[in-house]
Amino acid sequence: MFSEWKFTAKDIAEKADLFMSGHRACAGCAAATVMRLVLKAVRGPIIATSATGCMEVVSSIYPYTSWATPWIHTAFENVAANASGIEAALKILKKKGRIKQQRIDVIAFAGDGGTYDIGIQALSGAVERGHDFLYVLYDNEAYMNTGIQRSGGTPHGASTTTSPAGTVIPGKVQYKKPIADIMVAHDMPYVATASPHYWRDLITKARKGIEVDGPAFLHTFAPCPRGWRSDPSKSIEISRIAVETCIFPLWEAINGEYQLSAPSKVIALRPERKKPVREYLKMQGRFRHLFTPKFEKIIDEIQQLTDKRWQRLLKKCGIV
Amino acid sequence: MESVAKQKLLALNGDEAVAYAAKQSDVDVAAAYPVTPQTIIVERFSEYVANGEVDTEFVCVESEHSAMTACITASATGARTFTATAAPGLALMHEMLYVASGCRAPVVMTVVNRALSAPINIHCDHSDSMSERDSGWIQIYAENSQEAYDSMIQAFRIAENPEILLPVMVCLDGFTLSHALENVHVLSDDIAKKFVGTRQFPRVTAHEGKDASFRLDPENPISIGPIAFPNYYFEIKRQQEEAMKNAPKIIQQVHEEYAQISGRHYGNGLLDAYCLEDAEIAIICLGSTAGTVKTVVNELRAEGVKAGLLRIRSFRPLPVEGIVKALEKVRAVAVMDRSLSFGGHGGPVFHEVHHALYDTPVHPYIVNYIYGLGGRDTSPSHIRKIYEDLQGILQTQRVEDPVRYVRLRG
Ligand SMILES: Cc1ncc(C[n+]2csc(CCOP(=O)(O)OP(=O)(O)O)c2C)c(N)n1
Ligand code: SF4
Ligand SMILES: [Mg+2]
Repeated sequence: MFSEWKFTAKDIAEKADLFMSGHRACAGCAAATVMRLVLKAVRGPIIATSATGCMEVVSSIYPYTSWATPWIHTAFENVAANASGIEAALKILKKKGRIKQQRIDVIAFAGDGGTYDIGIQALSGAVERGHDFLYVLYDNEAYMNTGIQRSGGTPHGASTTTSPAGTVIPGKVQYKKPIADIMVAHDMPYVATASPHYWRDLITKARKGIEVDGPAFLHTFAPCPRGWRSDPSKSIEISRIAVETCIFPLWEAINGEYQLSAPSKVIALRPERKKPVREYLKMQGRFRHLFTPKFEKIIDEIQQLTDKRWQRLLKKCGIV
Repeated sequence: MESVAKQKLLALNGDEAVAYAAKQSDVDVAAAYPVTPQTIIVERFSEYVANGEVDTEFVCVESEHSAMTACITASATGARTFTATAAPGLALMHEMLYVASGCRAPVVMTVVNRALSAPINIHCDHSDSMSERDSGWIQIYAENSQEAYDSMIQAFRIAENPEILLPVMVCLDGFTLSHALENVHVLSDDIAKKFVGTRQFPRVTAHEGKDASFRLDPENPISIGPIAFPNYYFEIKRQQEEAMKNAPKIIQQVHEEYAQISGRHYGNGLLDAYCLEDAEIAIICLGSTAGTVKTVVNELRAEGVKAGLLRIRSFRPLPVEGIVKALEKVRAVAVMDRSLSFGGHGGPVFHEVHHALYDTPVHPYIVNYIYGLGGRDTSPSHIRKIYEDLQGILQTQRVEDPVRYVRLRG
């Protein structure tokens, strides 16, 4: 199913960037790192497409572009339909002998808003139709481009501009939608989660998603200093602690079979290594209000929810 | 010059005629979603795909929004693309229609005209396509199924012309045309395919100043659909308007070239006049209503009344000069609108014709008739009444109520 692609850090460093520097992302933007890493995984020519959102806006300010590969953006809610059209065109144009390349891979990028919320219909449809493309969700857990509004991917308790921590309501009341599980339920060939601290794991998974025949979904974790009110120098550290606390466990589901990835497997085997969610929450201003007597019990709720989801995942992975 | 080709005569309804034209146009990617009264197009096309009669990738999408999206990106990838829809679907596409023209994606779409909800109504009027008249699409309205077929084949040539590179909407009246059987002359597959040709791509400046063809090609990467701030956006929109300005010439050329192989003319391709040279009173309308109007013109002419008709075939771009010229000698004009521009003093066709005449010495009496909303039938007797009204206007020398309604309760 997958090639035996091996790479060293040097290989990656030397491989040409398709998402080039000069883009306008904020300092410490992990989403930009995710973009760059994913594009290090390509096996040949690609066409990329983005949903409206931070990564689209920072990379394409006319007349400049950060894209050293063909790229198209059309709107916010439809990046999977963008990919559908590109893939269908490539298939038929190749058949008719109107394109030279043996193979061109298609990669779609969208934020959490463009995936959990407004884009889920197009995503679900494209996956059901079985288009051969990799969908990369960079999850910065809010609508950052429009000023940090809550999304279906915003976690419980986070303060955003449309779920502000007030005197009565402690930030977002609802819970984060388990989007990757929803995608697994589509019976698609490849779904995985990845976090940029574990860059090797992320690149490997992106490559698998590219190689697999049919649709692949890669859920990447993307700390956003601007929206999370966190130290720009700590984005990669936060992306590690998210895994260590099991807030964002790393796994893949190949043809629906779940398996933990190494960084999370270590925690499954040595539960004492699992860190309390507090350590994760305290690094981010969006959870600051939880560290007050009034809302402190929300931290316990988040811990319980994290544990519950982790146990559920372990069960799916056959580890109980 | 090619001589008129031998053609088959098929009994087709309007939807089938459109699907047949799409089948013959070497479409690479079709993406569509069913909606009455367009459904037959999608069904027929699916059959062509299932039977291997077309070399087309058919993307049976989950919504019209995705249909238009997939057409845009497939087009950007280099494919010839086709879709079809009607009112609710067109409204759902609204956002993407502007993206299609803004990305200069030469998508061809059939709109089978239908009323917009609420109340929900599946029958014909023009509210759907009129709502999209500013979306940067070329709009061609067919009078009958034959013209729908012919216009479809022409549409690809118009859209893909490097001087235009704009999406084209071919509109036909729901049910009246879409579901009514008609004898339709069709070209042979070879001749149609040859006429449509293969897509050509203009050259553009690409990544790092390189010269590239205008498509998503890994050998010469370009970025399509970027963000443009106030410092550039305006020029990009102005370029679209320039493309629209080039369109009348190309629409006429393609129409003429097509006439040579098919033997069929629709006026000059932009406007189709009937008994207008010496007409004192005239009706202006779009689409299938023109057929009914012609019948009445014939009757009136037999009675010695100098009645005429001007059918607007290309509503976008609007052939302003042609309209003025056509109305030079007409003394009273009734503009028929099959949609309403709520609160806007009449319908959109009325607005535009009125506006076209304002700065010219051509000033016939002009009156607007809103008709046929939600599929209400307009028969020859109603048209006759309109011509009688025009005669009355000529007698009294004034237009009492400029916006009127045809066949409406109390
Ligand atoms: C149909 C539509 N609704 C709303 C918007 C406004 N909008 C643009 S980007 C965006 C949020 C993007 O959020 P996300 O997908 O999470 O990406 P991020 O900006 O966080 O990277 C919104 C609401 C839009 N462009 N289109
Ligand atoms: S707001 Fe957040 S996601 Fe957007 S560019 Fe800045 S750091 Fe990146
Ligand atoms: Mg986001």
